Amino acid sequence: MSDTKTKAEKEPMFSPKILKLLKSPLNIENPITVQVLGICSALAVTVQMKPAIVMALSVTIVTAFSNLIISALRNTIPARIRIIVQLVVVAALVIIVDQVLKAYMYDVSKKLSVFVGLIITNCILMGRLEAFAMGNKPWPSFVDGIGNGLGYGLILVTVGFFRELLGSGKILGFAVVPKAFYEFGYANNGLMILPPMALITIGVIIWVQRTKSPELQEK
Amino acid sequence: MKFLRDFLDKQKPQFQKGGKFEKFHSTFDAFETFLFVPDTTTQSGAHIRDAIDLKRTMSVVIVALIPALLFGIWNTGYQHFLSQGQHPGFWPIIGYGLLKVLPIIVVSYVFGLGAEFVFAQIRGHEVNEGYLVSGMLIPLVMPADIPLWMVAIASLFAVIIGKETFGGTGMNVFNPALLARAFIFFAYPAKITGDTVWIGGLSKGAVDGFSGATPLSYAANGLVEKLPSLTDLFYGFIPGSIGETSKLAILIGAVILIATGIGSWRIMLSGLIGGITMTLIFNAFAANVYMTIDPLTQLMMGSFLFGLVFMATDPVTAAQTTTGKYIYGFLVGMLAIMIRVFNPAYPEGTMLAILLMNALAPLIDHYVVEANIKKRMKRAVAK
Repeated sequence: MSDTKTKAEKEPMFSPKILKLLKSPLNIENPITVQVLGICSALAVTVQMKPAIVMALSVTIVTAFSNLIISALRNTIPARIRIIVQLVVVAALVIIVDQVLKAYMYDVSKKLSVFVGLIITNCILMGRLEAFAMGNKPWPSFVDGIGNGLGYGLILVTVGFFRELLGSGKILGFAVVPKAFYEFGYANNGLMILPPMALITIGVIIWVQRTKSPELQEK
Repeated sequence: MKFLRDFLDKQKPQFQKGGKFEKFHSTFDAFETFLFVPDTTTQSGAHIRDAIDLKRTMSVVIVALIPALLFGIWNTGYQHFLSQGQHPGFWPIIGYGLLKVLPIIVVSYVFGLGAEFVFAQIRGHEVNEGYLVSGMLIPLVMPADIPLWMVAIASLFAVIIGKETFGGTGMNVFNPALLARAFIFFAYPAKITGDTVWIGGLSKGAVDGFSGATPLSYAANGLVEKLPSLTDLFYGFIPGSIGETSKLAILIGAVILIATGIGSWRIMLSGLIGGITMTLIFNAFAANVYMTIDPLTQLMMGSFLFGLVFMATDPVTAAQTTTGKYIYGFLVGMLAIMIRVFNPAYPEGTMLAILLMNALAPLIDHYVVEANIKKRMKRAVAK
């Protein structure tokens, strides 16, 4: 974790440090594949790509803004009740996102069902709030929130892509596997629709990632 | 034999460090140790080495599987011609069976062993011999009409996800052959369950009134009167997965495994007792027709015996302690019958029962060892 200590001089808006906050969660500090947080929702909402994308965006928005708000309040929050305060902020944001989804994307909202509400308990959120927002300025916290939300989303969308392609032969609801394949005896993989395969897909992603970046391998 | 040895010795330097094909060392090693027992000896300390190594162990299991395989080939042809209403001689039956079964075996070995060799090359270790048996078990637990590409994917899944990610042969939690079957079972259920998949070429012009239903499917639908006779069940003139139908062939295999000490008779025995116990409990309640089936018929239906003899006894995934083996086998038998009778979605429970107990085997071992430590501690303290 890069500790952005409060410095006297003003940092530029997009200093390398800030950019790193944005980029590292996409790769070597990915919340799902490296920190193994937020797995439940990654298994539950990745049957198709569309819910996965919406979920990713919702989590990104909630993480970013809760990070921002908590970071702004960090000096006034009493340490003993900080979790409650964090939860109140997160819950408020989640309710807003939930209502927006219900108003404008009702079908997706139905598919995501309780998992939008469960963003409140998403480990990534509490992790970022505790580990980052409580000790950093609002702007870096905001960027960190976006970065982690996107890192979460990247994995979600990747898993969703493979599960929808192999499990239903579709991408974003459009049939991409040609009819001729089915006539030749190709069949959709029913296991891909079931949660165990999401876990295995994430496992394979972790495998590939660790093979590519040796610094992640435990000795 | 001599010329084989000479040939291997001649090629050997090329595959050793600094040789031309250094990268393929493990491939060469796999073939050499498959043909000849390695002559390496332990350099230090006192070790007892069994004359029989892992490759020879695997070969015995293959030998034990041969009766089931041969009968499976014949039965595939027999069932096919029966469904067509024809009764040709012995050779056309065998010919059709070979046509159906051989491709499955070839595909299973090519893809499964292929994955093993690739992993061995990349990781630079020896090729694991475990797949010798898995590759033969996979075809035996498939229906004759299974599409070959599914066998290929399932074999790859079993080797890569089921075995190599855990660290190769000896480290896998689940039996690879069963994993391959479970993969197809959940991924492409239409091809491995139901009444129409068990007989080769059933879709093309079966005679009127012929049903491809297995005994299990009759039992699950409450049609107990339609169950084949005990002799048919025993000799295996029934539809089913390729290797599972003949109980006689399985018993021959079991005798070979027990006589050579490779399969654990404890697991087989306690599994049988478990199955019988569960059936007797069901008989006592007899809430539906399925529950009234007598233990002997119940055990002879489906893959119960095949799973118990060849898969539950897998030395890697079964319990290791003696007491643990009894518990493990008993629960496999009990669960297999229980799943079969209670869950209409899973016509056969053996596969799921063994996979579940594979997952629990380390736990059983743990508590057996703990109990033993406690017992001995007590004894030591009492003195």
